Amino acid sequence: MTLLSVIGLGIDFGGITAVNALDFDVQPGEIVSIIGPNGAGKTTLFNMISGIYQPSRGHVVLEGRDVTDMEPHKLAERGMSRTFQNLQSFDQMTALENVMVGCHMSERSPIWADLLRLPSSSRRNRQTQEKAMALLERVHLVKAAHMEASSLSYGALKRIDIARALACDPKILLLDEPAAGCNAVETEEIDELIAEIAKEGVAILLVEHDMKLVMKISDHVIALNYGEKLAEGKPSEISRDPKVVEAYLGSHGGKEAAHALG
Amino acid sequence: MTAYLPPRVRALIILTILIALAPMLFPSSFYYRVGTLIFINSIAVIGLVILIGYAGQISLGHAGFSGIGAYACALGPVHLGLHPFASLILGAVVSALLAWFVGRPILRLKGHYLAVATLGLGMLISMVLTNETQLTGGPDGMAVEGLGLAKAVRETLGFKVKTSVVWYWFGGGMLLIGAWLALNLYNSPTGRVLRSLHDSEIAAKTVGADVARYKLVAFVISAAYASVAGSLLALFNRFITPDIASFLHSVELVTMTVLGGAGSVLGGIAGATLLTALPQVLTMFHEYEHVMLGLIMMLVMIFMRDGLLPTLRKLMLRRAIP
Repeated sequence: MTLLSVIGLGIDFGGITAVNALDFDVQPGEIVSIIGPNGAGKTTLFNMISGIYQPSRGHVVLEGRDVTDMEPHKLAERGMSRTFQNLQSFDQMTALENVMVGCHMSERSPIWADLLRLPSSSRRNRQTQEKAMALLERVHLVKAAHMEASSLSYGALKRIDIARALACDPKILLLDEPAAGCNAVETEEIDELIAEIAKEGVAILLVEHDMKLVMKISDHVIALNYGEKLAEGKPSEISRDPKVVEAYLGSHGGKEAAHALG
Repeated sequence: MTAYLPPRVRALIILTILIALAPMLFPSSFYYRVGTLIFINSIAVIGLVILIGYAGQISLGHAGFSGIGAYACALGPVHLGLHPFASLILGAVVSALLAWFVGRPILRLKGHYLAVATLGLGMLISMVLTNETQLTGGPDGMAVEGLGLAKAVRETLGFKVKTSVVWYWFGGGMLLIGAWLALNLYNSPTGRVLRSLHDSEIAAKTVGADVARYKLVAFVISAAYASVAGSLLALFNRFITPDIASFLHSVELVTMTVLGGAGSVLGGIAGATLLTALPQVLTMFHEYEHVMLGLIMMLVMIFMRDGLLPTLRKLMLRRAIP
């Protein structure tokens, strides 16, 4: 069964169409990448799917249910989780606490139980801490567990963002440029992590500028330009598509582009 | 001695020791009175630590809830025949309900807009208390039936104590309870979500937190704290005027919270202590009292932007690591 369907999705900002009539499907365990030049509407698309923007047209269907205009926290309950291009870390909390907040849905407890620190509240706290620690281990950040997020490097925060999103036990994970600003080693680690997550059956929708990473791990690539779908297909097809090459490098860059995109 | 204790427990122990030992430094029984006032203000400030420090929301109207708590204790025994302590609970419930109803629309606002909206709420309560002369006695205020603590001690334990001394220990106990609840909250599932709102509401939403609900939770809890503090002040002073609900008092509470370090319970208490005790100490400079107070506040904000306690803690940590 199709996990996520985007049907005719579009949004206008004051008369300017940022994204128009977009259609695509995502299957469980599939890695689908959205590529396109800056300003193509990739992050806007993410914000519509994850309920942060309300689309002007079209529908988002998650597991057969129309979830268009649903609030982000309701979408999270239905198994959609995301990271952000511009980091949205909880700066004053430790790395561990950042991931623990991600476990919110499994540890929600009555307020009075937390105020009085009843045994049920402490038990949930302990379970969450164990789960968050395991996730930090997965992103190789156990050493940073008790450091405040504001003191961590950009690359580390990117990975904490992923761990936090994973803490929601998502069925579909939206990753907005997870490797941006990371060095080669970190990028490779993230690339392995994404492949691993997908293998566990989590669908991944990825926005990324690192073409090497995109071409290597994606099952399916969608190229956007000016808010419209330019091309869609397997990575090998997309990298040879003349329209995609032109959008990225202009019509004169053909040869170099073909080389760069591998 | 340095065996590992959770920060929550450590904070409570420090607070208990400070409350227990402070009277040894009191030159006269007048200081028991100052101490009690510090405890009562601290309770209101702890509520604001939860709202401002944990959840990152501002309120310039919390004195309004103190006003409700105070007048509940003034009116409850007279009109409803309630015990003063039951009136305190009633006041807290009324404040919490009001915060819940008003908080829903107000907390959609952010930053300056939220500040102005809460300011309006506080002024509204203050005006009602001032203008309902028949019920509240208007600007002249009204007398409040006391808790009769000294009498209770004399009858049950059989020795005579000064009212201010009994109140010191009673207020200290209430403060410990208030601090205990807030410290429990800090590292709990609910507390973590509140603290996450402080840094990124959008990220909190995407992990499934109902942000509107949690803001409301913080607002309601802090309103209850402010109300209990107002009730205690009324019962302690045995007299109350609408000034307790005034805008100036709201600002005072926020200043205490920020001055001490909004993020921590002990910081908030430090702020409340400084701003409650200083005017008493500064009376020797009588004409310049307010100038000195303003100067100290400005200096703290310029040189200790995180607040008194967090800055001092950072300095000490820096010294500990050579």
